[in-house]
Amino acid sequence: MKNDWRSRNHPAWWAFLVHRVSGVLLTLFLPLHFLTLATALQGEARLEATLRWIDQPIVKLGEVILVLLLAAHMTGGIRLLMLEFMPWRDWQKSLLAVAAGLTLAVGLAFLLNLT
Amino acid sequence: MSTLEVKVWRGGEEGEFQRFEVPRLESQTVLDVVTHIQRHLDPTLSYRFACRVGMCGSCAMVVNGRARWTCRTHVADVTDGDSLEIAPLKNLPVIKDLVTDMRDFFDKWAAAQGQFHPTTTRKDDFARVEPESPERQQVDAGIECIGCGVCYSSCDVVSWNPEYLGPAAMNRAWTLLNDVRDGANEERLAAVAGDAGCHACHTHMTCTERCPKQISPTAAIAGLKRAALKAALKGKL
Repeated sequence: MKNDWRSRNHPAWWAFLVHRVSGVLLTLFLPLHFLTLATALQGEARLEATLRWIDQPIVKLGEVILVLLLAAHMTGGIRLLMLEFMPWRDWQKSLLAVAAGLTLAVGLAFLLNLT
Repeated sequence: MSTLEVKVWRGGEEGEFQRFEVPRLESQTVLDVVTHIQRHLDPTLSYRFACRVGMCGSCAMVVNGRARWTCRTHVADVTDGDSLEIAPLKNLPVIKDLVTDMRDFFDKWAAAQGQFHPTTTRKDDFARVEPESPERQQVDAGIECIGCGVCYSSCDVVSWNPEYLGPAAMNRAWTLLNDVRDGANEERLAAVAGDAGCHACHTHMTCTERCPKQISPTAAIAGLKRAALKAALKGKL
């Protein structure tokens, strides 16, 4: 028999989930990113059209989410590297809070710069 | 006197929860509840316990979804209203009711080279290990494991890969790796550095969250990862 969410409901498991989900979403985003950039190869007009499409508010919101995902994945990765390679201390949960805080700070900074 | 609504797993791998009503008492432990059911309500209920004081590691069960040592778990700390759900440990075959077959769990301690390999004989003098030395401190952090299986039951990586050695076996390997008297560390590292060993850990840290002895197997596994990396860089693995 296997565990359910009652067993998994603790901060480090949520950190794992955020890291995994952000990683998968970023992997899905990457080909789209290359496709958009590749429109430059089809002439100036095509690239302009793409850039205008990107200027829509809804796509800008998507960009903020993208920055949040990138920040979450990066801080989560740094947290993991610190857990695995630094001498063990009892501040794993503080590390989690720092990772979450940095993620929000990066996202907020990006958001404010937009306006 | 108020009563507790208790759902207890009956059967083997296939089975269902059976409902019991148990008198609620002050300072009652989950093991007290299970014992009341067996002594007064249904003598066919199977479960394991021995010491009743948190030393032997026999009485671990899954209480309201979380693996716990039932003898040291007060009902007041875990009830959901007035109800309790008591199930056998996860990730192990259920023999009957609350009793699991723990062979896999202990076989993996052996597979992780959990045995001490002495480098001296009884004719030699005592080994002198400085209590403050870093190695001894690492051993101290993990040596109090009572082998209850709570970490193994809580670990999702064990669910996903049944070959995975699991937190307790690797915690044991880490304490021996730091035992300066032990002479089998190359074999031990080779045993824990495979596909189903330390590198498979996802750092969910559920083992660390749930360990009733406040041991951090995640720290031990991280230590094994570092040791394996060092050995690999030196060409010894």
